[in-house]
Amino acid sequence: MTGATLLVILSHWRRHPLQLATLVTGLALAAGLWSAVQAINAEARASYDRAAEQLGTAGAARLVPEAGTIPVARYADLRRSGWRLAPVLEGVVRLERQSFDIMGVDLLQHPQAPALATAAEADSVPPLEALLPPGRIFAHPETAALLTASQHVHPVTRMATLPRGIALADLSLASRLLRRPDSLSYLLVLPEQRPGLTPLSELAPELTLIPAHAAASDTARLTDSFHLNLTAFGLLSFAVGLFIVQGTIALSLEQRRGMIRTLRSLGVPMRLLSGLFAAELAVLALLAGAAGLAGGYVVAAALLPGVNATLAGLYGAPVDGSLSLRPGWVLSGLAMTLGGTFLAAAQSLFALWRMPLLAAPAARARGQQASRSHLAGAVCGVAAIAAGFLILATFQGLISGFAFLGALMLGAALLLPLLVSTGLSLGARFAKGAYSEWLWADTQAQIPGMSLALMALLLALAANIGVGTMVSSFRLTFTGWLDQRLFAEVYVTATSDSQGAELARWLEKQGITALPRRYKDSRFKGAPLRIYGFEDDAAFRKNWPLLDALPDVWDQTARGEAMLINEQLARRHGLVPGGVLELEPEWRLPIAGIYSDYGNPNGQAMVSLAALLARAPNIPNRQFGLRAAPQEISGLIKSIREEFDIPRENITDQATVKARSLAVFDRTFVITAALNLLTLGVAGFALLTSLLTLWNQRLPQLAPVWAMGVTRRQLAAAEVLRSLLLAAVTAVLALPLGLALAWSLLSVINVEAFGWKLPMFLFPLDWLRLFLLALLAAVIAAALPARRLSRIDPAELLKVFANER
Amino acid sequence: MNVRFFLCAAAAGWATAAQPQGYAGLGTEAEGFAIPQPGTQLSFPADHGPHPDFRIEWWYLTANLVGTDGADYGIQWTLFRSALAPGEAEGWKSPQIWMAHAAVTSQDQHLFAERIARGGVGQAGVQADPFNAWIDDWQIRSARETFEKLSLSAAGSDFSYDLDLTSYGPLVLHGDNGYSVKSASGQASHYYSQPHYQVSGTLELPDGPITVTGHGWLDREWSSQPLAEDQSGWDWFSLSFDSGGKLMGFVLRGETSNFTSGTWITADGTAEPLAPGTFQAGPLETSDVEGRKIPTRWKVSLPSQGVSVEVQSLNPQSWMGTSFSYWEGPVTVAGSHSGTGYLEMTGYE
Repeated sequence: MTGATLLVILSHWRRHPLQLATLVTGLALAAGLWSAVQAINAEARASYDRAAEQLGTAGAARLVPEAGTIPVARYADLRRSGWRLAPVLEGVVRLERQSFDIMGVDLLQHPQAPALATAAEADSVPPLEALLPPGRIFAHPETAALLTASQHVHPVTRMATLPRGIALADLSLASRLLRRPDSLSYLLVLPEQRPGLTPLSELAPELTLIPAHAAASDTARLTDSFHLNLTAFGLLSFAVGLFIVQGTIALSLEQRRGMIRTLRSLGVPMRLLSGLFAAELAVLALLAGAAGLAGGYVVAAALLPGVNATLAGLYGAPVDGSLSLRPGWVLSGLAMTLGGTFLAAAQSLFALWRMPLLAAPAARARGQQASRSHLAGAVCGVAAIAAGFLILATFQGLISGFAFLGALMLGAALLLPLLVSTGLSLGARFAKGAYSEWLWADTQAQIPGMSLALMALLLALAANIGVGTMVSSFRLTFTGWLDQRLFAEVYVTATSDSQGAELARWLEKQGITALPRRYKDSRFKGAPLRIYGFEDDAAFRKNWPLLDALPDVWDQTARGEAMLINEQLARRHGLVPGGVLELEPEWRLPIAGIYSDYGNPNGQAMVSLAALLARAPNIPNRQFGLRAAPQEISGLIKSIREEFDIPRENITDQATVKARSLAVFDRTFVITAALNLLTLGVAGFALLTSLLTLWNQRLPQLAPVWAMGVTRRQLAAAEVLRSLLLAAVTAVLALPLGLALAWSLLSVINVEAFGWKLPMFLFPLDWLRLFLLALLAAVIAAALPARRLSRIDPAELLKVFANER
Repeated sequence: MNVRFFLCAAAAGWATAAQPQGYAGLGTEAEGFAIPQPGTQLSFPADHGPHPDFRIEWWYLTANLVGTDGADYGIQWTLFRSALAPGEAEGWKSPQIWMAHAAVTSQDQHLFAERIARGGVGQAGVQADPFNAWIDDWQIRSARETFEKLSLSAAGSDFSYDLDLTSYGPLVLHGDNGYSVKSASGQASHYYSQPHYQVSGTLELPDGPITVTGHGWLDREWSSQPLAEDQSGWDWFSLSFDSGGKLMGFVLRGETSNFTSGTWITADGTAEPLAPGTFQAGPLETSDVEGRKIPTRWKVSLPSQGVSVEVQSLNPQSWMGTSFSYWEGPVTVAGSHSGTGYLEMTGYE
């Protein structure tokens, strides 16, 4: 009996292949976008872990300074207290043409020492030679090639197991290149410690112990917000996909009511029937899930370079290019699809289970039943939005920001049917004539059947407006900020300090203002902090993008009595002008102002150069910003090149720097744009499936109108018009939601994720474009049902009157 | 483990030609390092401190102890200095590498540990006045410049010890006033000892703490190429007889012939250098140790002093499985003389 029943149940799909295609596509889309995002996240995270492992910093807890750096003598003290620690010094070094991230380690203590020794031996070099001048650099072959091209002093050993972009060296070399012979960035706590040691918290209260799992890296900490962002996008796509699935499943069960009644009359037990329906769904979910995973993999592979660019641009996080297939990803993707399918089918399956034995098939379209449910939905929607605001007011952090966004969007979606219905009621007042009135009324009657698709469209449009507004506002602010910040006309980097000094003398003789760019890397509360020293110049006073400042900010700072900090640092630690900050042990300065510093994840402070040099006399002096009149720029560059042996790429004019910065910015948001477009595509598809779903149920309503003399062609046109109308109302409603979304992205999420708040700008042209796009989606979605309607056999319409259906 | 990689590699790096390299790369050329010179007058306390122009140097303390439980114990504490290049430099630029071994041996246990450190940054080092030799939390130190009263500590993952040492006799200069010849072709080292220490303190063992007393022997030696190129290792004895006399003797095993030498130390601490060949030692019995055959019972004789004894290891498994592995452990002496001592055997690969 089971076999026969199954055949009967499945025969439905043979008669409704389009419905089957819709269901499978919807599921596959949901699974695909979700798993694409998951794959990207997993790949990036694995890449950070890999980098940590290759650098030997994985699995070890870290001791980081609360402020400043760790003196080497402190390291020796802790070793002499019995703790087995491995010292690490990190920094950026400029080698002639290019900057490199240097990681200095004690080759005798570092966890990766055996691998490094093996690599050196493979080069036929005694490993310990790396401890003696000129030292030796270990790097990934790609980075090694750049290193070899940039300098010839320090031999480079290629190690494919090292992450790209990092030059690893013994501390003897690294401390020399970074000119930091006496300080360390952090200490790795090696796994083997003898029992009975005095706790580190007692021995070194000024250092913070970060446990191994939390220490993964600064990278992972910084990029968490980005990955949460992606996950939110993935979840949105998944939800939109499930809207499609829910509608299709409901329809497929409803259409089989007659069949169910017959089967029940023939004695098929309800238990078996429900089991078979569930099994059918499970198989469909798994098949569609597998297809979705395959698609998701392709999407992820296509998006990954963009994501890598984003991560590198925003956080300087090194992410390797290729995507790998992880079993965990496949399983979780399938489980998610299966769970989602049953979630979407829950209501329909429950209704089936509760159905009276011989219930008649639904005689009326689902349309007319519930205008009351609009109200219930709206109440839930308002409650969800209220809950969202409550969360935002009560909790801090990125998660609460996203929870607010989620609640806002869910609430708005639930409110949608009531709002659309109200909008259509208002529209109906302008109806003239019976046909027009029927059109309005009929459109309103379609809302329940279309509401899920409309919700999907609303969410997709709102996400587009919100994210688009955020990105465009960011870009506008960023461009303005670049103009302020990059006020020097030419930027020069000398190849050595002596050349830097010579250049400064020469420029002075030429009467050209040169603003040195010198800094020291330090730490504040365990996170990286870069301290810049600046020479007082009118240009700073005029241009520097201050967000908030005391009245005599520049005078105080120039005298070395105060400092400026960037917005990130201020927001992270709740600092305001007038407050005091301890830059390094025994170096406390009041904060005179806060400046914006976009595109930089880390904290920054600016003090007078004299004050910085008093504390760190040996910091490099190679970078200069030069002031020049526009017509002198090319001549200046030429004469510098004639006078000094400075590579061309080390001299850049302002316009080039700006162009490069903007290019990085644009690359950063490629992934966002792509996901935006995909979500909109899914929503358009949802619209199509709803219209197709309604198609069969529409005939009984259309037949009488046709019988009264409205032609099939007119009916088809009305079909398209209706779809347009609904999409238009939804798009209009999506605008305020999108702007609310943009506001929370700019003022809540950005602040939590990056530490900067951005002003919001409005881009009405973008809205218009999106509005037209929504209408286009509606026309395309309605085209297929309308075409069918215009060509329907009149006999079919007549059957409505004859057939009980 | 990583350390082994680097040091072994270092040893390989030191080797010059395709000659047998000798133990730990010691049998190699001097490459700009200082060479021990006969007639050098050692001066103290300065010579208790490091000699960075020489390639290798050690502060080597062993002690034979008896616990309150009546059992015999031995401890070893060694700090090696190994220079990648002659001289000293500040901070990470220092070419000096320090390595230390500590061990506790009983009849059925041999526990050991190793530490490694860079010179120049304070993690390890030796200062002569007041005397202090340290690496991480291991150290030998004196309140004064001399070796008269020392406190000694070390700790591994499964043992630690804390001992006080008080000397009861003079320093002993080996060979020709501290110039100790190591091969017929003239390789030599500077070498002196303080073999007269009374020792007391506590050992922390896996079964709990044990109070111990006994006597200790401290060796100081530095050189740049102590082995001839054909020498593959050595057997070194430091024996303290109940009669009060002491004997330091070594056999350097060569490809064709062995080179032996040593010092007879009278009860009052007077040193009598032994002419090459007068000290004799030969294995009586070998044991399987870590897959090697190692002599753990010896016949030792010094006819000029009427010494003819059997030297038996307390624990034949006293293998130091460190970056450079070797056998080192306490011994008992029976025969014409009775007593205790330490035996070190290297180059058994």
